[in-house]
Amino acid sequence: MNKVVQKAIAKDKRWRAVYIACGLLIVALTLLMGAFLLYQGSQTFLKAHHSVWEFLFTSDWAPLDKTGMFGGKVGAAIYIVGSLETCLLGLLICLPFAIGSAVFMTEISPKIGEKFFRPATEIYVSIPSVVYGWFGLTKLVPIIRNAFHPKMGGFSVLAASIVLAIMIFPTITTVAADAIKSVPNSYREGAYGLGATRWQVIGKVVLPAASGGILTGVVLGLARAIGEALAVAMVIGKTRSFATSLLSPTSNLTSAIAADMGNTAQGGEYNLALWSMALLLFIISIVLIVLIHKLGNGKKEK
Amino acid sequence: MSRKKTKVAIVALVLLAIVTGCVIGSSEADTKGVSGTVNIAGSSALLPLAQSAAKTFMDKNPDSVINTNGGGSGQGLQQVSDGTIDIGDSDLLAEEKLDKKSASKLVDHQVAITAIAPIINKDAGVKNLTTEQLIKVFTGKVTNWKQVGGNDCQIVLVSRPSSSGTRATFEQYALKKHASQSNQSLETDDSGTLIQMIQSVSGSIGYVSLSYLTGDPQVGIVSINGVKPSLKNVYNGKYTVWSYEHMYTKGRPKGAAKAFLQQMLSEEYGKKIEAMGYGVASKLTAAAKATHTK
Repeated sequence: MNKVVQKAIAKDKRWRAVYIACGLLIVALTLLMGAFLLYQGSQTFLKAHHSVWEFLFTSDWAPLDKTGMFGGKVGAAIYIVGSLETCLLGLLICLPFAIGSAVFMTEISPKIGEKFFRPATEIYVSIPSVVYGWFGLTKLVPIIRNAFHPKMGGFSVLAASIVLAIMIFPTITTVAADAIKSVPNSYREGAYGLGATRWQVIGKVVLPAASGGILTGVVLGLARAIGEALAVAMVIGKTRSFATSLLSPTSNLTSAIAADMGNTAQGGEYNLALWSMALLLFIISIVLIVLIHKLGNGKKEK
Repeated sequence: MSRKKTKVAIVALVLLAIVTGCVIGSSEADTKGVSGTVNIAGSSALLPLAQSAAKTFMDKNPDSVINTNGGGSGQGLQQVSDGTIDIGDSDLLAEEKLDKKSASKLVDHQVAITAIAPIINKDAGVKNLTTEQLIKVFTGKVTNWKQVGGNDCQIVLVSRPSSSGTRATFEQYALKKHASQSNQSLETDDSGTLIQMIQSVSGSIGYVSLSYLTGDPQVGIVSINGVKPSLKNVYNGKYTVWSYEHMYTKGRPKGAAKAFLQQMLSEEYGKKIEAMGYGVASKLTAAAKATHTK
């Protein structure tokens, strides 16, 4: 008997070691990637002596593209603004639909919601982004072109935002639906007992109670949107200028990195500036993730 | 219990197979003759040709493996200079991207020629442009096609990313070193997407390499100064918007890489190169070469 127990304990320890090793490996990988990005991304400022101010807030983009040659201009403001405006606009377009759908599939019609609506929404997550991009390029851009006749033929902030909105819709919807579902039933019963209508119960009791979870969904969606390269690159037009209207093209961080990384000389100023842009994206997503944790903790404390 | 052990054993075996497979695969690179592995990466303009040549080579030499990848000219040059690949494809001379020391260690093989043609949306109604007009169009000095003899239609520029080799060639030879207007043009790094844009956006103009125009691309091809972009006009020196496609090796090529490059440069394979829309460097006349001296 004692032997069996000892054997079991030994086995336990072995597997424990395996799991700890796996976990540590992942942590180490993430840290290494972060450190690598930090090293490469900071070279623009340390080795090529550009100021962070120039990188973030000026729009003069003419870095030199030869190993070891510096002295160009690395103002990335156009790309940064492009990323931010398409993401925020995409979120703005997506949010009403996402929260409306989440309410529909949990509060209004849970049967259809669980059997049909949620699986259908979840399928969206697994569609590769190139498909969204191709849809945007061949359907959405022509629709915008024919409706508004913009100068640059429909490649626009609006097209990019709509594509992003469709891409982040399932993320926000499913997370928001989970949050709404976890609101205790006694809240609803209490509100109904006081004579509230269904509209009032949803709007004034359920949604505020689920707001923490919904915000988590929003941040998750934003994190996906800010890192999306392919789909946005196909419809944004990649014009290197600030967008003057919703219908004019601009560029963003991810598509600039994707378009130029392979062509530029490694260790050249252009290449380093792209690394800095990647580092900026990394920092933005870390901030978003910290925000998720803060939101999650805040909710638990209540 | 024993079941779990078998599972573990299977996983271990699979892992072992993968590891040994890698080791065996990589050790093949050292063997001489026409067996062995050659890794090629770099320029996306040269990729279709490299892929097709690799297939031909492997059909003839079943013991050899040629891996082809894109990644861009910068990547190709860097990796061959680092020794991670055997052949680096580039649209540009190594001296233009790398520092002098690393560039001097690379050996250039001019395997083909890419001619770049301006392509135009059919609404523009323009079939020919002078160099002067082309410069005005791409620098944003004229904004409507009627100003250069076409229809009353807005000009929309479609360009390549500023790091692209195709763009560098186009600006150097078609625009006589004038930089095209970046803040007024749409941009894409993919030739297929670019052709799609030109087809659909009214009044748009862009440029692609001739190898993408071998089928019926449904776009207008613009002649420059009355000279049609074609391989014939490249060879006789009339059409100057072209560049050499380079395959770089670190030092003299050996083994399978050498055999592969010999095949690329053979007269027999030249016909295949031309069928794909690229040009053959050996057919250039002295007049054509004179336009592209370093």
